[in-house]
Order: sequence, then C-alpha cells, then structure tokens
Amino acid sequence: MQEIFNIFIKSIFIDNMVFAYFLGMCSYLAVSKTVKTSVGLGAAVVFVLGITVPVDYLLNEYVLKPGALYWIDASFADVDLSFLSFILFIAIIASMVQLVEMIVEKFSPALYSSLGIFLPLIAVNCAILGGSLFMQEREYQSLAQATSFGLGSGVGWFLAIVGIAAIREKIRYSDVPAPLRGLGITFIITGLMGIAFMSFLGIKL
Amino acid sequence: MSAEIKEREPLFSAKNIKLLKNPLNFENPITVQVLGICSALAVTAKLEPAVVMSISVVFVAAISNVVISLLRNGIPPRIRIIVQLVVIASMVILVDQVLKAFVYDVSKQLSVFVGLIITNCIIMGRLEAFAMANKPWPSFLDGIGNGLGYGAILIIIAFFRELLGSGTIYGYHVVPESFFELGYKNNGLMILPPMALIVVGVIIWVQRYYTRELIEKN
Repeated sequence: MQEIFNIFIKSIFIDNMVFAYFLGMCSYLAVSKTVKTSVGLGAAVVFVLGITVPVDYLLNEYVLKPGALYWIDASFADVDLSFLSFILFIAIIASMVQLVEMIVEKFSPALYSSLGIFLPLIAVNCAILGGSLFMQEREYQSLAQATSFGLGSGVGWFLAIVGIAAIREKIRYSDVPAPLRGLGITFIITGLMGIAFMSFLGIKL
Repeated sequence: MSAEIKEREPLFSAKNIKLLKNPLNFENPITVQVLGICSALAVTAKLEPAVVMSISVVFVAAISNVVISLLRNGIPPRIRIIVQLVVIASMVILVDQVLKAFVYDVSKQLSVFVGLIITNCIIMGRLEAFAMANKPWPSFLDGIGNGLGYGAILIIIAFFRELLGSGTIYGYHVVPESFFELGYKNNGLMILPPMALIVVGVIIWVQRYYTRELIEKN
C-alpha cells in the first residue's frame, strides 16, 4: 500500500510529466491562456491517463511482453510481440479519447465547447502515450501500481498547466520585452517552474 | 538549367524551395508553429542523441508525408486520424528497430522518446495541414523542411547545453584544461531538464528580435 502511495507522489512531483520530461507541451502551451479552460483540459488528461495506463498495462502484461501469451497455450511461451506496443498503445489511447469526448459532450456541453479542438488532440498528447511507455519501461509490478502512476502523472500535468495559466493571466499586465512576449516568456517561466519543482528531488521515497 | 523541362514544373522550382526553406525560419515548427516540443527537449542534454533524434524525425516526417499524400484521395475523411496514426506508427516502429540494431546505446538514451515521435505534433500537423492536400513531391519536401527546422533547433539547444554543461561537443573535450585550472567550472545546471526550456525561450527571443513580424501582439 505504501509503495502505491509513493509511486503516486513521485509521479506528481519528482517525475513531473511537464517539468522533468517535457511531455504534453503542445497543449500545455496552447491551452494555458486562461485558468478555466486549463482546469478542464487538465481534468480530461487526469481522466484519460487514469484509464489508458491500466488498460495498456493489462495489454502489455497479457499480450505484448515476451512470453506474455503463455496463458493461451504453453507453446506461445517464447512469442515476443513487444515491437507492436507503439501501434497498440496508440490505438487504445485513440479509442479512449473518443469515449471521453462523447461523455464530455453529453454531460457538460459548456466544457465541451470551451475545450473545442483540444479534446481530440489529447489523443496526440505526448503525455498520454508517454505515460503508457514509461509504465512499460519501468516495469510496474501490479495493476494498482500502474493505475497510481497513471493518475499521479495526470495530476502532475494538471498542476503544471493550472500553474502556468494562473501566471500567464497575471503576466498580461507586465511589461515584457516585445520579442519575448507570448511564447518566449512562457517557455522561460516554465523553465523557472521546473527549477522550483527540482527541489522535490531531495525527497527520498 | 530548366530549358528541357520547361513544360513540367521543375523539381526545385522557387515554390518548392520555399517549402524546404520556410520551416527553417518563418514557419519554424518549434519556435513559430509551437509543434513538437513535447518529445524533443529531453534528448538535448548531449549532441549525439539530439542528432539521432533529428534524423529520425526528418525520416518519419518525409516518408509519412509521402505515404499520406499518395493515399490522400482514398482516405475517407472520418477515419483519417486513425490512418495517419497507423502510417506514422509503422514508420516509427521501423526507426526504432533500426536504432536498436545499429546504435543501441543511443537508442537506450532516447528511451521512450523514439516512440513519442508518433505523437509528435509536427508530423500529425504536417500530414493534416499539407500532405492531405498536396502531391507527393511537395509533401516530401515539406516533410524534409519541417524535420530540418525541428532538427536545427534541437541541435542548437543541444550544442549550448553540452558545451556549457559538460564542456564537450559531440563527446570531445573542447574547453581547454588550462581554463579549469584558472577556476572555470562546468555549469551543471545546463544538464538539468528545465534549462532546455529556458534555452528555447532565449532562442525565440533572438529569432523574434531579428524577424520582427513574428512578434505577438499580446
């Protein structure tokens, strides 16, 4: 139980998707103009990561890993399908995103219209595929660990995008040098936030 | 030069050259279109992985642009995203297997980031914006151009981070020993991930200083 909690905290603060691995930067930069939309997108990412990582974990465990097909028949013990993981992971992600889109459209049309084009873009949000690939690379031991990693990464991404959106709302009133305005200053602030987040590196879990 | 092929559009007409050159500055995928930052910056602590990553992206962008452009009239619009993803994913699997076979160490360093080329927004973005509406040859050039524009930024970032962070370029020591004796130290901060973002910020600053028309109006 403690280990699951550790993975959760670690993936939020220490291995933060945005600050440590630069994942999901496209939507992070594009949707972080106001806090309201960024909260919506952040929540959608938490949700999608919380679903896709466990699903991809099961897929990896029972289909893709070397010897994973053993449960069908003993003669499959040396089949290694791991080269297919990119294509299968992305297929799972694309269908899950479609599902989320349908749910959001049904239950929260206001959120749906404010997220606009960015909801389908979650499918090509690197944070989502990155979550599944890190899960595969770090070889988590159980479904619970994979789930807590997925949720934790989502929450970390959520924190990052809401933080930058709040800063960008304020920075509109500041006198930024013209060539640095907009994109440039956002990058630099993200870098500074990343340095701040590095202070969590000292925590031993 | 173009006397004998005047009837057809020459392979390197002004329009096609523009496709190749524009992404390097005015339409740079990273600093102007803001695409594909995701999977890239983490590989820029050293030059070698950055170069390998750039070559992979150029390859995937060019080939998948051509494939989609050839298929563009046969793809039903409703399922185009899936088709694009499948084409890109197959190219990336190819690149991944080649890297594993020939440059295993670099492929280990790049870890998940090779796989993340699939969700690299540059490639999807170019397929959607260009290859779906153009002939194979311009699409090929567009893919190469965007891949190069992306690679150029990666390599600039990696150059500065490796030089200032470890005092080497492509693994060779370039900062002379005498500097270290005088008290020069490598800036360990440059190796850390957040510095990549700050270096990009500075590159954008310099680029927009010289290309005024790119400045945002707040």
